[in-house]
Amino acid sequence: MDKYSNDRESLMKEIMAMDFTLYDLNLYLDTHPCDGRALMLYNLSVQRALMLKSMYQNMYGPIIQNCFTSTCPWQWIESPWPWQKGV
Amino acid sequence: MWYYEKKLEYPVKIKNSCPKMARYVITQYGGPDGELGASLRYLSQRFSMPTNEAKGILNDIGTEELAHLEMVGTMVHQLLKDVPVDVLEKEGLGAYYSDHDHAVYPVNASGVPFTAAAFQSKGDPVADLVEDLAAEQKARATYENLINLAQDPDVIDPLRFLREREVVHFQRFGEALRIVQNKLAQKKYFIKKPY
Ligand SMILES: [Fe+2]
Repeated sequence: MDKYSNDRESLMKEIMAMDFTLYDLNLYLDTHPCDGRALMLYNLSVQRALMLKSMYQNMYGPIIQNCFTSTCPWQWIESPWPWQKGV
Repeated sequence: MWYYEKKLEYPVKIKNSCPKMARYVITQYGGPDGELGASLRYLSQRFSMPTNEAKGILNDIGTEELAHLEMVGTMVHQLLKDVPVDVLEKEGLGAYYSDHDHAVYPVNASGVPFTAAAFQSKGDPVADLVEDLAAEQKARATYENLINLAQDPDVIDPLRFLREREVVHFQRFGEALRIVQNKLAQKKYFIKKPY
């Protein structure tokens, strides 16, 4: 594996971990809407996830629909799909 | 509405195909306790939930189940990829191959196509949430069976992740049920049928 795909993969892993934290907090907050500590952690994590995702999209191409601009050709279909084997 | 994120919720990177395991894992795609049934159950039941907490938890867990459906579909796809027809036939996937080739189609482990008859949307929030608690336990038990059948760590790792999510969902549904029951006990609000 070359350095490029190595860096790309580790950044993607970081994004997945951040999104997981956010999703888990989201579910928790649905049933604990007044938990101040969870809310603070949620708000911090949102900032971090946004930062990581825009970094990823600038370097490796779009991952969030409606949240990127595209050069020609349409960049959305250029990068591999997440179910593809060996990517 | 929904937006697509071009990534999985948790990585699925299965290097070695294994048609036999694909045949078992596919039940969490189209089987009675699978992710398609789970997402449709919650996303349908959310319309008749009485509190914001319950509406939120059904909407958001229903959404996460769609991400799980994608993970399970990915597992089946990677497990079947490039397997020669004679191997598929030998491993008991001859019937599947004749109808679906190497494609991913929602069936249970015995090949029966997906049916919405495996779940309810009752319009009674307590009945629905109690069903959801059971559904999460059944999904957890299925993932444990699949983990017992699997040998490849590439397969076991995402199965473990999916199993743990069912445990968290069960916890959240239990909290939502208590919130709904408290609200109903306040008498300001009660269920009367027909609406
Ligand atoms: Fe679940």
